[in-house]
Amino acid sequence: MQLEALYQQVILQHYRHPHNRGVLDAPDAEVHLRNPTCGDEITLQLHVRDGTIEDVRFSGQGCSISQASASMMTQRLKGKPLAEADALSARFTEMMHGSAEAAVDRNLGHLRALAGVARFPVRVRCALLAWNALGEAAKQVRTNGPG
Amino acid sequence: MYVGEIRQEFPILQQQVNGHPLVYLDNAASTQKPRRVLEALDRYYREDNANVHRGIHELSRRATEAYEAARVRVAALFGITDPAELIWTRGTTEALNLIAGSWGMANLGPGDEILLSVMEHHSNLVPWQIVAGRTGARLRFLEIDEQQRLDLSGLDELLTERTRLVSLCHVSNALGTINPIREIAARAHAVGAVMVVDGAQSAPHLPVDVQALGCDFFAFSGHKMCGPTGIGGLWGRRKLLEAMPPFFGGGDMIEFVELERSTYAPLPNKFEAGTPAIAGVVGLGAAVDFLAEIGPEAIQAHERYLLGYALEQLRAIPDLRVFGPEDIAERSGVISFTLADIHPHDLATILDAEGVAIRAGHHCTQPLMHRLGVGSTARASFYVYNTTEDVDRLIEALQRARTLFGY
Repeated sequence: MQLEALYQQVILQHYRHPHNRGVLDAPDAEVHLRNPTCGDEITLQLHVRDGTIEDVRFSGQGCSISQASASMMTQRLKGKPLAEADALSARFTEMMHGSAEAAVDRNLGHLRALAGVARFPVRVRCALLAWNALGEAAKQVRTNGPG
Repeated sequence: MYVGEIRQEFPILQQQVNGHPLVYLDNAASTQKPRRVLEALDRYYREDNANVHRGIHELSRRATEAYEAARVRVAALFGITDPAELIWTRGTTEALNLIAGSWGMANLGPGDEILLSVMEHHSNLVPWQIVAGRTGARLRFLEIDEQQRLDLSGLDELLTERTRLVSLCHVSNALGTINPIREIAARAHAVGAVMVVDGAQSAPHLPVDVQALGCDFFAFSGHKMCGPTGIGGLWGRRKLLEAMPPFFGGGDMIEFVELERSTYAPLPNKFEAGTPAIAGVVGLGAAVDFLAEIGPEAIQAHERYLLGYALEQLRAIPDLRVFGPEDIAERSGVISFTLADIHPHDLATILDAEGVAIRAGHHCTQPLMHRLGVGSTARASFYVYNTTEDVDRLIEALQRARTLFGY
């Protein structure tokens, strides 16, 4: 039963048909992260204007959890202020650590489909890979300043 | 060989995992321990524990005796006629680092070449990268063919008078490919190179006779052959070992020590500085007794039977790709595979939920994965206690994965 909760249709849908996969011209931030234990990798790029994420793309390879997480995350981030992205990231991380409250937070949208990952502790890092990249990218923007 | 009886010797196998009887198919990573190994460890600590080689008292005498007796028995399993040529290490990784750090640093220089292959485990790659960086030696690599066997067509070009050392796995941990070490060793010796064999995946599964292999060094790990973790060994030819500088300095590896200089103990102690893993050695001795009773030939035959049984069913699953040689005579009991667009980590999670333990990932062979054009594979690997029922459970779990992913 737990497996069905993990591999929901919406997750497989995002895995097979990811949103925002690709590369941006002249990104304001670009982060490449690897999960050395499993070899999964992601490159995340942001266009940021006046503190708002105007566009976002990811590339790389990984399991259904990491790819679906990246796809849903980017979908959710487009057009959002960086501060909101931070809050979303914090909420998603709470959900990955088993917070029942976060798992029903409407702000997370489709991302709630990933709540089942919290029951598979070794897979939590898969779901968080894209979000860790987002944290690094936001740091880059704040250090360098968006164009 | 009656597998049902052998299974009874492994308490860990008598458990449920995620509501299913455990099917353990991650033996290339580490094997389970028979009762007698657990008992040997327990008895050693309860009755004989003391330091070796120094004490005058009874317990120290017993500990030393058990430690050295195990060396003789492990040596016998691998056809090592002089047990002093067998050095205890923490495992294959430390053994290979010992050769690189001692022999390599003493014998390599700019212009010299080290020949490896693209299928090597990181432990037979990174130590050579380090020693090449320090000495100016150059690394060269044997490629693989379309069946993931070593491509020996390039050997003549790669093996030259500049080649000082060749280091290859006997069996690939990621593919199960058995490499023709004897032939390569002969050709390495013809150009004056030293032949090193990473035996981590052969020592537990095939009959190994270091003399017949014709190599100069052979490294292995105890935990992959029913022994405890933290113990393994390095066999080397006496002439080479005696000419090599020590790798670690400290107690037990010396003869006489002055403030400015020391003389070193004879083999094998010269390479065994500090208090060794005595209990580990005792446990490994018990493991080797167990394996010797069954017989390496019988173990290999059993694994080959399971391999044939598994490959036949796996090849019937649509979109399942098996890596490695087609002829099972060229493989050990390791099956690396991918299934449709299901990522190996997803496969491993689904199988785990069904109580089936496999490995998913790059198997510490990132350059090989790159050659195969995949980020990772799923890997099932057998040992003496696995059964055809285990294989059936693997196949059922793979069908479950297909269903979950909409196939």
